[in-house]
Amino acid sequence: MSAILETVTFNDEGFLTDPNAWSRELAEAIAAQEGIELTEKHWEIIEFCRQKGLESGAAPTLRQITKGTGISTKELFSLFPKGPAKKVAKIAGLGKPEGCV
Amino acid sequence: MKTFLILGAGTGGTMVANKMAQALDPNEWRIVIIDRDETHYYQPGFLFIPFGIYSAADVVKPKRNFLPPQVEVIFSDIELIEPEKNRVKLGRAKKTINYDYLVIATGSHIHPEETPGLTDEAAWMKNIFPFYTLEGASKLANFLKYWKGGRLVLNIAEMPIKCPVAPLEFLFLSDWFFHERNIRDDVEIVFATPLPGAFTKPRASAILGGMLEDKGIYLEPDFNIMEVDTTKQVIRSYDEREIAYDLLVTIPTNMGAEVIGNSGMGDELNFVPTNKYTLQTEKWENVWIIGDAGNVPASKAGSVAHFMLDVVIENILRHMEGLEPLPKFDGHANCYIESGFDKGVLIDFNYEVEPLPGKYPLPGFGPFSLLQESHANHWGKMMFRWMYWNILLKGGEMPFESQMSMAGKWA
Repeated sequence: MSAILETVTFNDEGFLTDPNAWSRELAEAIAAQEGIELTEKHWEIIEFCRQKGLESGAAPTLRQITKGTGISTKELFSLFPKGPAKKVAKIAGLGKPEGCV
Repeated sequence: MKTFLILGAGTGGTMVANKMAQALDPNEWRIVIIDRDETHYYQPGFLFIPFGIYSAADVVKPKRNFLPPQVEVIFSDIELIEPEKNRVKLGRAKKTINYDYLVIATGSHIHPEETPGLTDEAAWMKNIFPFYTLEGASKLANFLKYWKGGRLVLNIAEMPIKCPVAPLEFLFLSDWFFHERNIRDDVEIVFATPLPGAFTKPRASAILGGMLEDKGIYLEPDFNIMEVDTTKQVIRSYDEREIAYDLLVTIPTNMGAEVIGNSGMGDELNFVPTNKYTLQTEKWENVWIIGDAGNVPASKAGSVAHFMLDVVIENILRHMEGLEPLPKFDGHANCYIESGFDKGVLIDFNYEVEPLPGKYPLPGFGPFSLLQESHANHWGKMMFRWMYWNILLKGGEMPFESQMSMAGKWA
């Protein structure tokens, strides 16, 4: 496990407890843990989610991401396999997307 | 004369009309409620229709019966809401209504057309059914009556959905129903869900997931449906998994009312951005939300609308007096989960506290077991229909507190 992950705290479900503790290096480390190597396309989505998430206080849902970035759901699933909204939220240091209630 | 306008006469809107009729001075205020449909549906009852437990007659009554006489009721669709101008344009009724206060209670509805292939004419309502509408539930009842067995797949298209426990109840009741008909061995039951487990919250998900397993119901988690291929009879996910079905029961994408979108008031699912503690909309201080119409991250369910009621009424009355709204809504939800064989499970939770096991103390009726099957929970659910029609809609006193309590819960 990457040393940077030891410097911050995560909740039971693996989300960063303090979104302000986030950094690009941390994102790389979390992504690596999820088996994802971040490309430019990944960063475009992460940055959109960071901005949107900090603005509204909640991680964006899948629909908000596709609508906001113009990237198709299909592509999101290939970039962030399984649950893209949840995966991006984790990597972007945001909480669990609120669609899941 | 000032106007208090309510859009939607479902569970939330009807309760608000009843409470406001008591609270507002009729010499100062006219209360108007608008709905496109004259029939009130007891939506929790739709679940029982496919299995022949309820019929259509058990779940419909005229809306007018539940609204106080001094409330003006207009049956019409709504063409446009103009919150900057404090007015609402009606379609069928060809009227414009100016308001001083507006409560949006337009609910959420299914949109099967959001999933490619789902509404293909060859299959829709033939071997693909929703049960979130009376039509779908009734047609499914007819199908199940003569079904000889095969693979039943229940799929949730995407979250959030109205009544997030209903899919589980449908699965549990299916297991019971096929047992009763002596064809359980001929039916394979599969639950394909976009969630990582049986339910949204970890502890309840583990317990309810265990119940699925005990009943021989197969769980396919993290399944995000991309399309339905009705020729091959498979549903396909974005990550290219395929699940074959003989009977597909779908919970399609849920969205808020189209008029919310058309009026530019909603998010990407037509839910109105709302303060989750005060129930005031984010943008307009005289526009308030009850029930499913807002984007608050609480369950979309009648019990939640009921727990919102006292908070929204108090806050509107405070606002009328020039006072700040109070952040009193805690996301409280309380759901009886029908689990088959005359048993049920009860869960009680809010924004902060996930459903926990323990006992739910209810004076006069309880205690009910939390996150554990019992016959009492089943009777609680059955009794609820009577309470809904006779007490809840009319804004009467229910033996439930609006805010969640930790009493009896094992934290």
